[in-house]
Amino acid sequence: MSLEALVLIAIALPLACIPLLSIAGDRAPNAREAISLSTGGATFLAVAALLDPVNAGARPDMSLFTMLPGLDIRFTVEPLGMLFALVASGLWIVTTVYAIGYMRGHHERNQTRFYICFAVAISSAIGVAFAGNMLTLFLFYEILTLSTFPLVTHHGTDKAKRSGRVYLGILLGTSIGLQLLAILITWVMAGTLDFVEGGILDGRVPDGVAAVLLLLYVFGIGKAALMPFHRWLPAAMVAPTPVSALLHAVAVVKAGVFTVLKVAVYIFGLDLMVRLSTGEALQYLAAFTILAASMIAMTKDNLKARLAYSTISQLSYVILGAMLATPLGVLGGGLHIAMHAFGKITLFFCAGAIMVAAHKTEISEMRGLGRTMPITMGAFLIGALSIIGLPPMGGMWSKWFLGLGALEAGQMFLVGVLMVSSLLNVAYLLPIPLRAFFSPPDRASQQVPTHNGEFEDEDPEREAEDITQEFEEETHGAPDGIREAPLPSLIAIVFVAAGTVVLFLFPEAITGLLAPIAGR
Amino acid sequence: MIATQLPAIQVALPLLAAPLVLILRNGALAWSVAVAVSWLSFAVALALLLRVLDGGTIVYLLGDWAAPWGIEYRIDEVNAFVLVIVTSVAAVVAPYARRSVEAEVSSDRHYLFYTGFLLCLCGLLGIAITGDVFNLFVFLEISSLSSYLLIGLSRDRRALTAAFRYLILGTVGATFYVIGIGLMYMMTGSLNMADLATRLPAVADTTTIHAALAFLTIGLALKAAIFPLHLWLPNAYAHAPSVVTAFLAATATKVSIYVFLRIFLTVFSGASIFESFPLADLLIVVAVLGMFTGSLVAIYQSDVKRALAFSSVAQIGYMILGISLLSTAGVAAGIVHLFNHALMKCALFLALGAVALRIGSARLDQMAGIGREMPWTMAAFTVAGLSLIGVPATVGFVSKWALVMATLEKDHVLLAVLILLSSLLAVIYVWRVVEVAYFRDRPDDAATLSDPPTSMLVPLWIMTGAAVYFGLDGTRVLDVATAAATRLLEGWP
Amino acid sequence: MGILDHFNYWMVIVLMMAGLYTVISRGNLIKQVVGLNVFQVSVFVLYISMGKVSGGTAPILGEGITVYSNPLPHVLILTAIVVGVATTALALALVVRIRKAYGSIEEDDILKQENGS
Repeated sequence: MSLEALVLIAIALPLACIPLLSIAGDRAPNAREAISLSTGGATFLAVAALLDPVNAGARPDMSLFTMLPGLDIRFTVEPLGMLFALVASGLWIVTTVYAIGYMRGHHERNQTRFYICFAVAISSAIGVAFAGNMLTLFLFYEILTLSTFPLVTHHGTDKAKRSGRVYLGILLGTSIGLQLLAILITWVMAGTLDFVEGGILDGRVPDGVAAVLLLLYVFGIGKAALMPFHRWLPAAMVAPTPVSALLHAVAVVKAGVFTVLKVAVYIFGLDLMVRLSTGEALQYLAAFTILAASMIAMTKDNLKARLAYSTISQLSYVILGAMLATPLGVLGGGLHIAMHAFGKITLFFCAGAIMVAAHKTEISEMRGLGRTMPITMGAFLIGALSIIGLPPMGGMWSKWFLGLGALEAGQMFLVGVLMVSSLLNVAYLLPIPLRAFFSPPDRASQQVPTHNGEFEDEDPEREAEDITQEFEEETHGAPDGIREAPLPSLIAIVFVAAGTVVLFLFPEAITGLLAPIAGR
Repeated sequence: MIATQLPAIQVALPLLAAPLVLILRNGALAWSVAVAVSWLSFAVALALLLRVLDGGTIVYLLGDWAAPWGIEYRIDEVNAFVLVIVTSVAAVVAPYARRSVEAEVSSDRHYLFYTGFLLCLCGLLGIAITGDVFNLFVFLEISSLSSYLLIGLSRDRRALTAAFRYLILGTVGATFYVIGIGLMYMMTGSLNMADLATRLPAVADTTTIHAALAFLTIGLALKAAIFPLHLWLPNAYAHAPSVVTAFLAATATKVSIYVFLRIFLTVFSGASIFESFPLADLLIVVAVLGMFTGSLVAIYQSDVKRALAFSSVAQIGYMILGISLLSTAGVAAGIVHLFNHALMKCALFLALGAVALRIGSARLDQMAGIGREMPWTMAAFTVAGLSLIGVPATVGFVSKWALVMATLEKDHVLLAVLILLSSLLAVIYVWRVVEVAYFRDRPDDAATLSDPPTSMLVPLWIMTGAAVYFGLDGTRVLDVATAAATRLLEGWP
Repeated sequence: MGILDHFNYWMVIVLMMAGLYTVISRGNLIKQVVGLNVFQVSVFVLYISMGKVSGGTAPILGEGITVYSNPLPHVLILTAIVVGVATTALALALVVRIRKAYGSIEEDDILKQENGS
């Protein structure tokens, strides 16, 4: 099969499964989930089959049709996109496994819509990854925003709708108001939107204009959540946890920082980036976002909200890497896309598992939870260590390269920021698993809330017990004290947690892939 | 033989069918005639467009009387394109009309509806095809009178006052237009567009011609509902039967904008009016004001049909903005948006027609939760709404792209920013509807709904599909529009 | 004398303004239609006046006559009159239906009912 066909298959497969999903619908949930899983597997295989040729230097390239005069819908596979597509499609399978346990365990409504929107989102994430010019990238970028909107508002509550508005408002607002403008100006002045190594703006646009363009691009890519356009990410946390895990820790946000990297490397080119005054300003803004978001994360008691601010902080690492515009910085940024993806998806999976099994969303209620959910909390510890950047977790490598990149650029201050940020990560992430394991269980939260007399609490509690008991019986027949999440979710958690360790052991797989763009 | 008579057939077909329908007096028969005529007209228009793209401007002398004394039909890239827009919308809307009209017009008046529809079609086609300014007035009045009739056919009594208000303002507009061409005739002694174009430069600097220009501007702006002369439009669109709204929104104002283009760019081509008056600057200001006012008012409407009517005012602003840039790219962007907006607005109003068929109105508060019960209808509404916002892969994006390119080409960065900002307002008024339809629960006592019958669903999805298709493959339309813009700016050979 | 030279045109302007004013200021629908008619008539007069050639006769071939008035504007205005009549008829028909629906032909009353309903 030709490589071009593989690219198309990777993008079209998730879309092709939609009719099947809607036919299976809520009547045949098993068939529906089987379709989701097998499509995920096939998509991943299609993407993975591209890996070796791309490593060997192949750059599959094709144009579908001409959308606007002189502008094709075009796909080109290059190392960065390859990496992003691999991460997105690979984690899709894991997340689907997880979602099967979570969605059923949580008795979510509209599950078919959920799986359909998920498929569209993944297809467009792969589209973003393989886009061969800025127009194609923008096309899929917007589809990604729109297809995830129903996932954010999934619960249909007032809060979900309000959050949905913030989500859509910021993402569409920045992309249409700023990014599209930047794209149009690029097109008018440079006469092309293709991703070319070394950039397309250098020499065609005065440096002053390019500096403004850089601001338009970086702020216009709202998905990268650079402050002050970060509000949508915490808002998106009202979504079901699999959505937060895959989309708002991996696909959507990574599409954002991936776009920033792409723009830096292939539109501006590293040589031009170094010259731009706004590039340095954006470095400092990214540094500020890294620190400020970490601080805010510390104040959040809601676990998902804390993780969301942590994500904002971590995304700015990648932006920082791109703005440093040194080979090592870009390498570190690209690496961080993968490393952070595994680490953060682990944490979100755990958060969802805690919600389903123990009905806890607030961190202060999670004391002693390690006794009832040892596997989940163990995985949480591993994920947290990876985010912090300690060995033996993958997160270490990306921070390592980013630090080297900052040194290469002579920015000692930013090296300092990276270190302080790691300390902040320790402060807001580690206490959660540690307290879960070593603190005695909180009495009030451990009791069944009968004396509270709140019906709201009582009902789901009983339901959840039924489910967990069901799963316990058929799975591990664990002792009474242990109440883990449903088995499929648990498998997913263990898998991604193990992934962070594997990435620590074999970073060359990724650094080797990214070597060409880092110029080494 | 037939091929050379196509221009006459284009107009004569609906004109002759109209009395036939009136005599038939049978709703179903009348409907079949209307559908057949619409599709035949569409075929004729396509044939004409292909011939023009192939062999250049077609000149057809009516009754073989030589111009400038006789009336001539003159078809170039511009009006061939407009003919295709009008007939394609008619061809899609006509099959849809059957069920919608049954629901919204009392049964003894169905044949009147189809008569009005055919006459309106005839008028619009006549406006587009003719090369004579007075003949244009006659067709303008044919289309206007029949659209007053069509609006007034609704069961909603407010449609009557809306039609009356439209009649008054429409007639004032048309009369202003007549005064304008009368003054031109005084100075040049000609009513033929091509002839006028050669004679006007000699007398361009007279007060009479200046006055003519003023009357023409106001008259046509009224007809095209250019802000702030749009007051007749929202009520007329909101209370008319759904089919009528869909048809008129997609064609009537578009044809008026075509007249605007034709008069200012072709007839006055040699008179350099844009150099001697700040007309272009004035139009830009008016267009921007319209873009923002229309969208802002649309946000606060409780009736979705009315919201979309105000959105039309905003969208007309985009077209005028493109045109008043006076560059090939700008005019082309205006023409592209003319086509694209016709597609998406028609789709939106057709979707609302389906909603009205089921819940009896298009009020936002009654649309709660219908997304789940009318999935195909609301999916089409959402897609067309996204197009209105200008999301890539829809026609709205192509328009916006072309328009912003044109402004950037002229170094109007501020205008580019304003266009993008105003399109964000569309997010709000479209999303309000989407949110209510999908994320609000249907009241428990509400009757269960279903998608409309196939005869309505298929036209709806043809329009929606076209809005996506031409969004992905925007080059073809842009090429035709650029050819049309070049023709307009260079004048007739 | 100068003013009277253009007597027709002055009358056109007077009629036009009177008609437009009536349309805008009157709340009675019938009066609006009448105003509209006056307005249109002013345009008819404008066209007919401009077709007149001083010293010319009716444009019928006859012996010894060399100067004719221009017949074209007159023919045009015949068309315009027909259009005007049609418009008036339709307007009046609408007024009849409005009266049936609202029981009034005063704009204020109708607006009150519309906003109330």
